[in-house]
Amino acid sequence: MSDQATTPIEPTPAATAVKDLSLARIALRNRGVFWGGAILIVIALFAIFGPLFTLDPMELNPTNRLKPPGGAGTFGTDMLGRDVYSRVISGARVSLIVGLVVSVVAVVVGLFLGLIAGYIRLADALIMRLMDGLMSIPAILLAIALIALSGATLGTVVLAIVIPEIPRVVRLVRSVVLTVREEPYVEAAISAGTRVPTILVRHVLPNTIAPLIVQATYICGSAMLTESILGFLGAGSPPEIPSWGNIMSEGRTFFQLTPWIIFFPGICLAVTVLAVNVVGDGLRDTLDPRIARNMR
Amino acid sequence: MSILEVDNLTVKLPDGADRPFAIEGVTLNVEKGEILCIVGESGSGKSVTAFSVMGLADRRALTPVSGSIKLEGEEILDTTDARLRKLRGEKMGMIFQEPMTALNPVLRVGDQISEMLEIYTDLGQAQRKERVIAAMNDVSLPDPLKMYSSYPHQLSGGQRQRIMIAMALTLEPQLLIADEPTTALDVTTQAEVLALIKDIQKRKGMGVMFITHDFGVVAEIADRVAVMKHGRIIEQGTVDEVLRAPKDDYTKMLIAAVPSMTPPKRAPATGEKALSTDDLVKVYGSPGLLGTGRVVKAVQEVDLTVRRGETLGIVGESGSGKSTVARCIMRLIDPTSGEVLINGENIATLKEGQLRPHRRDIQIVFQDPYRSLNPRRTVGQSIVEGPMNYGIQTGEARERAAELMRVVGLSPDALERFPHQFSGGQRQRICIARALAMEPMILIADEAVSALDVSVQAQVLDLLDDVRKKFDLAMLFITHDLRVAAQICDRILVMNKGEVVETGPTADVYADPQHEYTRALLKAAPGAAL
Repeated sequence: MSDQATTPIEPTPAATAVKDLSLARIALRNRGVFWGGAILIVIALFAIFGPLFTLDPMELNPTNRLKPPGGAGTFGTDMLGRDVYSRVISGARVSLIVGLVVSVVAVVVGLFLGLIAGYIRLADALIMRLMDGLMSIPAILLAIALIALSGATLGTVVLAIVIPEIPRVVRLVRSVVLTVREEPYVEAAISAGTRVPTILVRHVLPNTIAPLIVQATYICGSAMLTESILGFLGAGSPPEIPSWGNIMSEGRTFFQLTPWIIFFPGICLAVTVLAVNVVGDGLRDTLDPRIARNMR
Repeated sequence: MSILEVDNLTVKLPDGADRPFAIEGVTLNVEKGEILCIVGESGSGKSVTAFSVMGLADRRALTPVSGSIKLEGEEILDTTDARLRKLRGEKMGMIFQEPMTALNPVLRVGDQISEMLEIYTDLGQAQRKERVIAAMNDVSLPDPLKMYSSYPHQLSGGQRQRIMIAMALTLEPQLLIADEPTTALDVTTQAEVLALIKDIQKRKGMGVMFITHDFGVVAEIADRVAVMKHGRIIEQGTVDEVLRAPKDDYTKMLIAAVPSMTPPKRAPATGEKALSTDDLVKVYGSPGLLGTGRVVKAVQEVDLTVRRGETLGIVGESGSGKSTVARCIMRLIDPTSGEVLINGENIATLKEGQLRPHRRDIQIVFQDPYRSLNPRRTVGQSIVEGPMNYGIQTGEARERAAELMRVVGLSPDALERFPHQFSGGQRQRICIARALAMEPMILIADEAVSALDVSVQAQVLDLLDDVRKKFDLAMLFITHDLRVAAQICDRILVMNKGEVVETGPTADVYADPQHEYTRALLKAAPGAAL
């Protein structure tokens, strides 16, 4: 046996054949990710390039008020004669921006705090109690308070939605860190004299990526919904911005006579959030190893 | 008449697996009143054989393509699920490796045994309880009345395994299938459970199909032995034939790889003192302000010394505190009190910043080769990480890593690959290389060969011994396996419940154990005859 120990041993070939498929490749094989992603791409293209081809969403046209779809514009006009189609397209921009910014900010801040809370015991209690506190603030109340303080801007809306989302990310990251820090390869890195920040970035952080991608999609969906709710309540983005919530809010008074003002932004919101959540479910099925195993 | 006849059974693996068949042409039988041991290394197909007999193999993944399995003359390969369920209770029982996961944690153990009777018999509740108590008595559980209403977590590992055996035997099946039933148990508990299985089997005249990887256990319990390799039975015969006069080269190799219980003569080490501890204590929990908190004394006043070029073994069962000692010395956890002296300097109370220069001197190899390497980093990246932390340039570190790969018996191009491309034994070699890259003075091996198959284990042990000599290392070797300890350690230290009960040169301790616990431990080691 000892002679075997000195001859070089080649890696097992069977194991090499598998793996080496990128994360994105694996995810796209999931039907939910594929179709949800496709719908989101279409919506994003409309949001980015749509406004170049539509009327000015702010342009008033009093002679053409409350026209049904098909006549003056594809989606009809509202009580000020503005084209609902171009307003819905502009609204898509607002929703997508809010969804994207909220999820990115929540994930980045949450990741940072979660890594620290999970790895450094002293910071854990402090950060987690702070998060418990943040979690108890309702987004809608916070939004009203912020707007009362600093006026309605897209920034305040994003801030109001982000703050209650951060603790969820922190908790998720912390739980991953708590399990990974016990892994022998992390202990081996400690023994090798690797400094804490390097251990966190090199050995711990990569384990949080997959669950975070999944969490980010859920945050994105719920942020778009919350933004619309805030707009509808009049506590959201400034009224001159045609967000889906604002359009529905303005159309509310006439909705029995002219349902299209509410219908089109509403349906767009529903489809977008649905697509985001379908992508999220699909990603969870493929990226979460515990669930992925049962799905096969 | 044979209770179980397996004839030319072939089971296909799903496409894309590392071989086409899980088991191929397996023919064996279990007679009334005998114990057949199926022995083999991991991946040999021994568990697939057992699961096929039980009808528990997932038929979508593991498809039987030919052959037959007859239980008391009844073919079970093409029988219905309902009939299989009935057979599983009444004609065959099974016990598994891990009794904690095989029992439902939220039900009382008595009720879990009783459930078998509820399903298969029409006994009333009182009668069922009587039968359960009798069954629990049968497996020598203390105070069955009280134990009836215990939950699994309240029992010890050995007791849980007894409950499993009681459950498997309540309906008095003719065949008991035991899949590594003692692998997760401590050596003294293992000895008790083995004796129990043998005793019950004799009393009831059952046939037992016993699956194990451990030739010590085979020598203890088997009447006949079947040796499996890569899904085939390569040798079958009575225990004496197979153990004394193995015919097949593979069997010979496996038996030769089992470390002997007799320690070889070793000259006492004379190197300079590298590592010592003085009154090392680790206490978990705190008594709290009122002194009512729970306190666990994991390690109590451990003194040890390791010289350069010497291997000190720490042996003990689970919960003895042996790994805690290693982790305190590594400063992966902070000792509660006492000193850890490396080259005469106490590192037990140093702050992380002051500790860093000392971390180079002392390196560790862990038990689980699958978790010891970061799966996302190449082997090379893992190995050069340490040296580069101490300012060695990339090129130099990589050259040294390539050199170390040769030292541990791997080819240098392995550096570019990822851990998942290597087997357990190869990964353990990589971990040894990673530890050596730091040029340590002290190497701790924490159950470093326990997760490996016996043939691979022998190779890694040889390697550890080689590197100890080559680099004049002081080695602290932590193990629960007395055979391994006998072969590699110059001196050993026996721990029980956090305390050192005996220490001395390995040969002396094995030949003439002073402490009662050491004697019990040595006596319980399976396969004294081997």
